[in-house]
Amino acid sequence: MGNSLNAWSEALTGFAPMGLPLGMVILAAIPLVFIAVYALTYGVYGERKISAFMQDRLGPMEVGKWGILQTLADILKLLQKEDIVPSSADKFLFVIGPGILFVGSFLAYAVLPFSPAFIGASLNVGLFFAIGIVSIEVVGILAAGWGSNNKWSLYGAVRSVAQIVSYEIPAAIALLCGAMMAGTLDMQQINVMQSGPWGFANFFLFQSPIAWLPFLIYFIASLAEVNRAPFDIPEAESELVAGYFTEYSGMKFAVIFLAEYGSMFMVSAIISIVFLGGWNSPLPNIGSFALNDMTNGPVWGVFWMVMKGFFFIFVQMWLRWTLPRLRVDQLMYLCWKVLTPFAFVSFVLTAIWEIYVP
Amino acid sequence: MSYLTPYTVIFYIFAAITVLSAAFVVFTRNVIYSAFALLFTFFGVAALYVFLSADFIAVTQVVVYVGGILVLLLFGVMFTNSIMNAKPKSDVLHIIPGTLLLLAMIGALLYTFYTTHSWMPSETMLQGSIVERIGFETMSRYVLPFEMASILLLAALIGAAFLARFDKPANHE
Repeated sequence: MGNSLNAWSEALTGFAPMGLPLGMVILAAIPLVFIAVYALTYGVYGERKISAFMQDRLGPMEVGKWGILQTLADILKLLQKEDIVPSSADKFLFVIGPGILFVGSFLAYAVLPFSPAFIGASLNVGLFFAIGIVSIEVVGILAAGWGSNNKWSLYGAVRSVAQIVSYEIPAAIALLCGAMMAGTLDMQQINVMQSGPWGFANFFLFQSPIAWLPFLIYFIASLAEVNRAPFDIPEAESELVAGYFTEYSGMKFAVIFLAEYGSMFMVSAIISIVFLGGWNSPLPNIGSFALNDMTNGPVWGVFWMVMKGFFFIFVQMWLRWTLPRLRVDQLMYLCWKVLTPFAFVSFVLTAIWEIYVP
Repeated sequence: MSYLTPYTVIFYIFAAITVLSAAFVVFTRNVIYSAFALLFTFFGVAALYVFLSADFIAVTQVVVYVGGILVLLLFGVMFTNSIMNAKPKSDVLHIIPGTLLLLAMIGALLYTFYTTHSWMPSETMLQGSIVERIGFETMSRYVLPFEMASILLLAALIGAAFLARFDKPANHE
């Protein structure tokens, strides 16, 4: 286990017994296992507990101590459920929709650097890939919504897609500010640019006086991209039952849920990579006490990356139980007339800062 | 290629996805299926770009065609009334001129392919970051076409906003 960049993933890529690229399969499976484990523990159980505490309830308490086995019981229930396809649904699209949706949210994990030594694919267009691949998810949502042959589903899908496509613009411009500060689109290089003995002070968020603006814009836009509250009009319970997955049950519903938790971690990881240093330790070196050097490295990198991602997921959950839902027109107003102009302003200011202030 | 490496196997899988889904787009009678099959075609083409070491173009392909054009197409299809009953076949069919045009096109392509060079494999793999080179080229040698395209897009955007806005008198009520 060397300390050079991407040492683990390169070792895995080289692992090919009998000419079969088994290592590559393992490489691709690691994020998949991560999504599954995190969605089960932190995603479902954590969200229920956090929402319960915010509403002064106890949450799941029956199954196991403090209800920790509740998610396991739910999974068993979902596995045993009958796989229902509504008789008037478009069978093919109904079945393939959740699949495309999950693939779309999972593909971006290929370019997320989980540690200085681990990244799925070290592309030099990594960040661009991560923003762009979301559009596959969009087609999955449309397939699910149309295939259900249900007006709530179709409305939910259309709302969701309109929202994702619109919010991609401020999100992309805000991330471009971060890419401009790094001078590269390579996710691993963006992290390397933010490492240094000063810990958190080296992060892009604290490197320029305007970086908080694209950071905030991307955070708001990313909430809309993953259909979380206050932008959850695609699945507004009071209007659309459950949006595009109204007709889904059993494992297909579980796959859609997994895709949602997958994208939640994905946007949280992207925001922490671009603005908060990704796998870099936020602790600074204090004089001769090299706290930063002690808490950096391949294994610590995984810890910081996952913790930063989980922090933003916590904020997402927190907002969900705090803010009311926006109306459709307010949503579009916010995107086109507030976020997009401010994203352009922050883009120009960041460019000026990067050119004139070294 | 005398032997199959995983690389070539993956290439042929993507080529098959592209060609088969493109054929499905053309031959299916269901307009919705045809639109959804385009996703796989675009995705396969993007993967083929990756094999040409043009990963920037591959991602652009996904962003522009899947995120933009395909979504627009799907919206258009979904909001059209009774789309499931629409007959994709029009009453006017020109089979003979169509076949002639097709054969002429294939003939011309094969002729140029065989008279000029055959396949042109690149001698060296691309080195370094392609994004930077694309940026330098668009901002230096191709800056005029780039700016012209941006003005064209801006004009189209303004036109679309003008067409989509509410009429003032109708809005009074």
